[in-house]
Amino acid sequence: MSTGTLTPRRPGLRRGRDSYWQLLRAEWTKFRTVRGWVIGMIVAALVMVLIGLFAAGSAHIGCGGGPGNSPALSGAACLPHVPTGPGGEAVTDSFYFVRQPLAGNGSITVRITALTGQYGGGGGPAIPGSALSDMHRGIQPWSKAGIIIADSTKQGSAYAAMMVTGSHGVAMQDDYTQDIAGLPGTVSAASPRWLRLTRSGDTVTGYDSADGTGWTRVGTAHLAGLSATVQVGLLATSPSYMHLTPFFGGSSGQVGPSLATGVFDHVSLSGGRPGGAWTGDNVGNSDAYGSQTSRVETFRQAGGRFTVTGSGDIAPDVTGPASGVPTATIENHLVGTFAGLIAVVVVAAMFMTAEYRRGLIRTTLAATPRRGRVLAAKAFVIGLVAFVTGLVAAAVAVPIGIRLDRGEGQYVLPVTLLTEVRVLAGTAALLAVAAVFAVAVGTMLRRSAAAVAAVIVVIVLPYILGVAGLLPEGAGEWLLRLSPAAAFAIQQSMPQYPQVANVYTPANGYFPLAPWAGFAVLCGYAALALGAAFFLLRRRDA
Amino acid sequence: MEPTTIEVNDLHKRFGPTVALDGMSFTVMPGQVTGFIGPNGAGKSTTMRVILGLDGADAGRAMIGGRPYRSLQHPLSHVGSLLDAAALQPSRRARNHLLWLAHSQGLTARRVDEVIEQAGLETAARRKAGGYSLGMRQRLGIAAAMLGDPPVLMLDEPFNGLDPEGIVWMRGFLRSLAAEGRAVLVSSHLMSELQDTADHLVIVGRGKVIADTSTAALLAAASGDRVTLRTTAQEEATTVLSHAGATVAVTDGNTLMVSGLAAGHVVTVLGDNAVPFSEVSAHRATLEEAYMELTRDAAEFRAAAPGGSSPWASSGVESGEAGR
Repeated sequence: MSTGTLTPRRPGLRRGRDSYWQLLRAEWTKFRTVRGWVIGMIVAALVMVLIGLFAAGSAHIGCGGGPGNSPALSGAACLPHVPTGPGGEAVTDSFYFVRQPLAGNGSITVRITALTGQYGGGGGPAIPGSALSDMHRGIQPWSKAGIIIADSTKQGSAYAAMMVTGSHGVAMQDDYTQDIAGLPGTVSAASPRWLRLTRSGDTVTGYDSADGTGWTRVGTAHLAGLSATVQVGLLATSPSYMHLTPFFGGSSGQVGPSLATGVFDHVSLSGGRPGGAWTGDNVGNSDAYGSQTSRVETFRQAGGRFTVTGSGDIAPDVTGPASGVPTATIENHLVGTFAGLIAVVVVAAMFMTAEYRRGLIRTTLAATPRRGRVLAAKAFVIGLVAFVTGLVAAAVAVPIGIRLDRGEGQYVLPVTLLTEVRVLAGTAALLAVAAVFAVAVGTMLRRSAAAVAAVIVVIVLPYILGVAGLLPEGAGEWLLRLSPAAAFAIQQSMPQYPQVANVYTPANGYFPLAPWAGFAVLCGYAALALGAAFFLLRRRDA
Repeated sequence: MEPTTIEVNDLHKRFGPTVALDGMSFTVMPGQVTGFIGPNGAGKSTTMRVILGLDGADAGRAMIGGRPYRSLQHPLSHVGSLLDAAALQPSRRARNHLLWLAHSQGLTARRVDEVIEQAGLETAARRKAGGYSLGMRQRLGIAAAMLGDPPVLMLDEPFNGLDPEGIVWMRGFLRSLAAEGRAVLVSSHLMSELQDTADHLVIVGRGKVIADTSTAALLAAASGDRVTLRTTAQEEATTVLSHAGATVAVTDGNTLMVSGLAAGHVVTVLGDNAVPFSEVSAHRATLEEAYMELTRDAAEFRAAAPGGSSPWASSGVESGEAGR
């Protein structure tokens, strides 16, 4: 072989000022030139999409009971009509409404002396002489009786209400999601509650009083675009009875309809037509009691005393046992995230550990003696690749999954665009930060199997244990607070409402930490690991 | 090209209880090939890793052109190195291996193709590095070392795995690099590999330098003033030469090793005494012998490093036809 070709030439240097950019480019070249890693990321996206869509395809909903036990209808024909509130969220809006119109500004004041209830489906003796068989006496924690100013009787209308509740004292609620506590304690003839609502333009202010003399302002609701003429009156409603016990992998128990009856007197209306008549409306046409419904959900007026009985709730719709109709959330189609995460973690860890295994780390560090920058570039490149992988997978799985759901007759709880973006981009960010975490752990441990196992044990395992409900009550929640798996909260699209009784467990899609707080936990772990990796990489011999 | 040196100054390093470097000091000058020779475990690779800033020394300094390696920006333009030819991601194509290295230095793909041509890897550049023979990996490593067209090259055991043609190529390549004014440091545990390549030798054992000398001076010192004498009249020759002040040793049947007299003087003495002889020649030592000479007294070293002495023994067999 000749050495004639070895005449030196100054190589074509293309020296940017920014050598960090060159480093990023080098690490990107490293990543894209190992086919197995690229395939690994594609596999991650595919398993996320496939598992997410399988979750949609597994719902089979029938309705409209036909002859025998087989449903007459199925699929899209069964898609329930769910009202949405002023904020666009799905709501439950069923109550008995004793009302009359109110033109312009005005105010309503009542005294409530009793709130009682009955429910079906639970244990205990049935009520003798009741219109309904198999009902038991008892009030639900969020049974409601009170006064309301509503834009109209249409479901999902803007409203503000003052109410006494089963076990949460007096509350002012408006537009389904807002809840402000008033006087505590339960209502009785000996301890009645006075409630007042005053409308002034778009503003409705609520007051409560124990004696009708000394009044306390509870809160003020701003109902944008409230009609000039609104409906004002008395309400009674009661959400489903629920008795649930956590059970291996979920919960089991009894759920049944319930009724609440409120007794009102000293009803006074100012600003309305004098002597206006009261009309009873079953808003939401609850037919929980079939042909008996119109007999049990009704009101009686005797002198100045009103007895109003209703069933249902005025509240945001939720997913879980408290939901009136079968509902799905957008994040149902991201259940494959944990599987995609495993693939991403394997690739990310190997992106670093393969260099140690082959001794290539010496070539890398001889080319770039500033070791911290090498780690930063590696973390950035793999984080960006993981982010794009997660974003593509989520942006495919969620819209297609929602479409499949609707085809199956499964109602998907609507969310705002901002929430949807947070869930999709958050899923991508979850994969990205987990990938950075894996690179850092790979740098510390220098062995692929150990690094992959460590990251999966601290992220995926707590997630599965927590979400599958395999741990004792509370333990799963703590895992999802303290472990990096807390970051899966970023996928939760539906908030947890204290004013809606429900089973708010990870198994039902409710995480113990707020979305960004949970994500911050993972970021904290990744930052700590990265710090340790920086320290060790700089200190150790390569 | 800016002439650049490697200066290694009193390096000390321990790995746990093992002393790897024990006061290693030498300088690699530009324009020549410096052989870095010693048995396995003598500290050659550790020294090279310390020079590259990969391992930290417990004491002492290593400088490239007066600067520590870690302070160099785009270091591959200052020092090209090949530490371990097997350090490759097997599933990455050879050209892509060079490409990421080039990108890390702000170099272009055009430069990658140039060094591929220099290393003679044109036909194999698009194959996966995992399928490369050791010889091809050495060439790939050389290509990587040449990427930045550096004034200093540092190669650890570059002859390993090369076929005879590859060895000839490598020797020519190293000589041409030195001829261009580069400082070239080449380690080997086989003296024979460097016989016709190295201008200067740094011989090490147990973490320090045993000899730091030009190849010519080492050979001269080892050869001494010994003369090889071929004669059938051994006894007479021994007698007259001893009288003349020489020391005579019998090497085999009819060959004597004479020291203490120059070759011309030996011929005069033999002629004066009418002792017949067929050949008188000034002895030329091989590097192998020079090494043996150098370490003959280092019994402690040889006894304490049995693992290190075996490659020397085997190379002695290969090149042992000369001399004795």
